[in-house]
Amino acid sequence: MNSNSRMGPGRLLVVDDNKVNRLLLARGLQEQGHAITFAENGVQALETMRREPFDLVLLDIMMPELDGYQVLQELTSDTDLRDIPVIVVSAMDEIDSVVKCIEMGAEDYLSKPLNPVLLKARISACLEKKWLRDQQRELIRKFATSEVADELLASGFSLGGKYVEATAMFSDIRSFTTISESQSPEDTIELLNTYYTLMFDAITGHDGIVNQIVGDGLMAIFGAPAPNPDHAECAVKAALEMVELVDLFNHEQAGQNKIQLQIGVGVATGQVIAGYTGTQNRATYTCVGDAVNVAARLEAHTKAIGHPILIDENTYALINSALTGKDLGPVDIKGKKEKVRVFAVPLNHSSG
Amino acid sequence: MADNAVDRNTLEALKSTTDGDFVSELIDTFLDDAPTLLETMASALAENDSERFRRAAHSLKSNAATLGALSLSESSKELEMMGKSGDISAASPKLDALGKAYAKVVSALEEYQDELK
Repeated sequence: MNSNSRMGPGRLLVVDDNKVNRLLLARGLQEQGHAITFAENGVQALETMRREPFDLVLLDIMMPELDGYQVLQELTSDTDLRDIPVIVVSAMDEIDSVVKCIEMGAEDYLSKPLNPVLLKARISACLEKKWLRDQQRELIRKFATSEVADELLASGFSLGGKYVEATAMFSDIRSFTTISESQSPEDTIELLNTYYTLMFDAITGHDGIVNQIVGDGLMAIFGAPAPNPDHAECAVKAALEMVELVDLFNHEQAGQNKIQLQIGVGVATGQVIAGYTGTQNRATYTCVGDAVNVAARLEAHTKAIGHPILIDENTYALINSALTGKDLGPVDIKGKKEKVRVFAVPLNHSSG
Repeated sequence: MADNAVDRNTLEALKSTTDGDFVSELIDTFLDDAPTLLETMASALAENDSERFRRAAHSLKSNAATLGALSLSESSKELEMMGKSGDISAASPKLDALGKAYAKVVSALEEYQDELK
């Protein structure tokens, strides 16, 4: 949902077994332009919510079939529904039940008899929050694959880490500083955006996630957070596709007399610590470990070698026979005591 | 008599935030539903079903309060509390009184509806 619709009407579900209450709520809400659906008990409410999307639920506590508490309980255990905000509507003398509902995850409460001004204010505030959360979610989806987004959303942004076997990838554009100095800032940003679109396609298309973008460089992870036994193979295939896509892009650019790009990609496999780093307010999924360092160094090493894709021995050992690598022998890597055996992955097509 | 059964201020406040037609519609709904709620309470009492008794009393309490039938709402609340405690054995005389109080509320609300026309 984009920011323009933030103040727009919402889709509201009113759950109350009492018709007088339903009429009263509907009156207040329709005046604000919201679309209202009714449910007369908890069972109906859950059925309706599983059938169509809602922005907000107004929930009575005491109802036949399934009461408000039971509905709240069902909602919190349902990953599809638990983020829909619930406002509990209850009589003044039931303040203890309201407390219980808030503890169970209700967003706010309204007391009966209903005050139209308060009703309007609480609903607007709730919808505003819901839309902000939707936008946040949208952002997460944009910058992560659905696996990461799902895990982030399911784990409730827990920042803990774990050891995983994964493949790390670093990629950047050769001589980008020179490129950006030779053209207008607008062209540079447009170039970067096109480049990132292509890289994201190749990486997410092979089940990787891009977890860092810095300037013209990016870092991607394969095999985490969602386990993928073929992480090494996926990473190498993604690297090949990245180079191919840049190649195609270059053909287009050449036709328009525009700047062409060369990229370098480093890939390394091993045990890494993966998790969300940052604070509760701003977290990013990342991996740290030897493989990550090696991948970064190999990416840098592509310049010296003049070959766009370099992988380490662990990655090479895991890829299947259809993919090959030319053994470049042991190479000195900054920050590593021992030399690292490096393989150059041959390109599918002739490439620059 | 009618003035005691229903608080005019509550109805006027409701009218000012909505309109006369809506208040009249709300009264119609209340008058449609309340007899069912009273019957539910009577049958729940006969079956010693305190939970069903409590829910019906709860709805009547809430609706009566909305339409300014404050004393009916108070009496319903007492019965709701009995239902909540699980012991409704002593509810019978109070339920009879509730029925009589309701009859007064009906005529007061119908009078108010006439004024709205």
